[in-house]
Amino acid sequence: MSAIQQDRSDALVELRQAKKHFVITKGLIRRTRRLVRAVDNVSLTIARGETLGLVGESGSGKTTLARLVPRLARLDGGTVLFDGSNVHHAGKDDLKAFRRRMGIVFQDPASSLCPRWTVRKSIERPLVLAGRSQAEIKRRVAETVELVNLGEELLDRFPHQLSGGQQQRASIARALVLQPELLILDEPTSALDVSVQAQILNLLLDLQHEFGLTYLFITHNLSVVRYLADRVGVMYLGKLVEVAPTDELYRQPLHPYSAALLSASPPLDPRLRYRERYRLAGDPPSLVNPPSGCALHPRCPACQEHCTVVTPELVELHPGRWVACHRAVELYLPSEAGR
Amino acid sequence: MRLSPSDSRAASAAVETDAGLLTVEGLSVSFITGRGRVHAVRDVSFEVREGEVFALVGESGCGKSTTALAIMRLVPPPGAIEQGQVLLGDRDLLTLTNDEMAAVRGRDVAMIFQNPLVALNPVYRAGVQIQEAVLQDNVPRHEAWRRAVEVMGQVRISDAALRADSYPHELSGGMRQRVMTGMMISRSPRLLIADEPTTALDVTIQAQILDLLMDLRRRTGMGILIITHDLGVVAEIADRVAVMYAGRIVEQAGVTELYDAPLHPYTQLLMRALPRMGKGEGRLETISGSVPSLMAEPLGCAFAPRCPLRQDRCEQGEPEYTRLGGGRLVACHLAGRAGE
Repeated sequence: MSAIQQDRSDALVELRQAKKHFVITKGLIRRTRRLVRAVDNVSLTIARGETLGLVGESGSGKTTLARLVPRLARLDGGTVLFDGSNVHHAGKDDLKAFRRRMGIVFQDPASSLCPRWTVRKSIERPLVLAGRSQAEIKRRVAETVELVNLGEELLDRFPHQLSGGQQQRASIARALVLQPELLILDEPTSALDVSVQAQILNLLLDLQHEFGLTYLFITHNLSVVRYLADRVGVMYLGKLVEVAPTDELYRQPLHPYSAALLSASPPLDPRLRYRERYRLAGDPPSLVNPPSGCALHPRCPACQEHCTVVTPELVELHPGRWVACHRAVELYLPSEAGR
Repeated sequence: MRLSPSDSRAASAAVETDAGLLTVEGLSVSFITGRGRVHAVRDVSFEVREGEVFALVGESGCGKSTTALAIMRLVPPPGAIEQGQVLLGDRDLLTLTNDEMAAVRGRDVAMIFQNPLVALNPVYRAGVQIQEAVLQDNVPRHEAWRRAVEVMGQVRISDAALRADSYPHELSGGMRQRVMTGMMISRSPRLLIADEPTTALDVTIQAQILDLLMDLRRRTGMGILIITHDLGVVAEIADRVAVMYAGRIVEQAGVTELYDAPLHPYTQLLMRALPRMGKGEGRLETISGSVPSLMAEPLGCAFAPRCPLRQDRCEQGEPEYTRLGGGRLVACHLAGRAGE
């Protein structure tokens, strides 16, 4: 499962030079227009049946990128293909059909379920909108809640009467009820306790195994992504800086930012407290005014003059290993395995 | 003994002592609600030594934050401290008058919170807010400002003099947490309570803040009580750890001992629920069931209903603490044998 190549014929989702920009206006008469490049020229393929993990810090554009797939945000350039068809050129009915093949689970289950609806009503809603019969709705809801281990007695309660883990199971049930091919998971366990997180992660693995689901999994937690993802994309300031099979990324990161993320992530072993760390200087820069050249250059320990001027492209350095760094060939970056 | 951060000679001496700084003894906190009494903290005892980082760790609702608030005497109504002692040196903070307690906060014990944007005042400049803290010590304004800028340097804010003039919304999340930390250490407290100080931050910024706390501890000799749900954070900075479950400490140990060989079944399961392997390399353990209601005090061990090693006696009496070597404590009837 781990050696999934970027075979185009196998692609369920494909982003080609996708761009999403936001315009910031300031002041009473809304002048001083500035551009935030939330997703900046990102090309990425998700193969059928694989889990692609998307990691990066807040503001790196992970969520915006994910929203482009079901067209919850409009592209400002490039294309997004789902099963070979252009989602952003689809007509109203085609778009609905696309969206029925995708499910989304958000970070905070308490706010993504309607507080005034029973859990049953929330889970039924996609089926109702899809015009399914009463009998089918009843059958699908029963099947789905069993799949996600949500007790049927919880269906007639309101979200606030459920625990965080139960709420997240309900959200997953709602996302699965139309039997989608793709599940977009935006930090689905970040708000949960460790023991509940483990239950949800195992559930996601089981569901994928059983139905061959494709996952786009967004997280800032590198241990979680390692447990779940076949490949990982690392984002920084709207750009994809590295894409690699998960085990290879952890064994040998090629981008300084990936190395810094891995190095900052606590290893769960007090003996490794004084390990050599690969550190970035300072805070992430503002998206409104990103640095010239490589966006990481003001913080990067490996920065050279060239980096401050020329933006590196994402290139395939080794088979399956994509990296956007001028110095990727010559750097030998610390890895998890080196601990 | 009050230490100034610049007094490194005194600081290094303090690090080596393991004199008790804060002693919490038999602390119980309840919240009286319309549906009954919630026993949020039950008979919690621990000690934070000078120059030590002590972690209270547990999942949501285990009582760790309420314990921290009780130490500061900031438990919000309808919560009330029912019994226990909170000794700072030889003073019991729970017996002080409100005015006396107000003087203790910030001067002797300071606290930083999870979300600095909420804790900082949005309409005052960062430097002014730190200056305000320093002014409590009756120093002249210009002296307090100088100290505020100095402290901002100590919490590694670059261009401190410039940043002192920034409003909180102009600062990044990591920077705000530094400002709050700066405010709290500006009066050189002996104890810093940090309640989930890095939970809202990105991982590279979290690493910077944890480094900063370690550095401050080393330079000033202050004790740090860190409250967190994150076993990764605990592994990075704690010297000793207490694990809480359903309002009670279930295990206490040195950090290496705890990670090498957790003794309480809850701690063991928690450690195995943490993802440390790649896809297909294993499966996470989960803890069946859910956290018990804290409305009724449990008859037996609060973890028994979820415990894979449960025996009949676990449901009869709540386990006493078993003391093991090296200051280890575990509240389990199977103490010391649970790992077998």
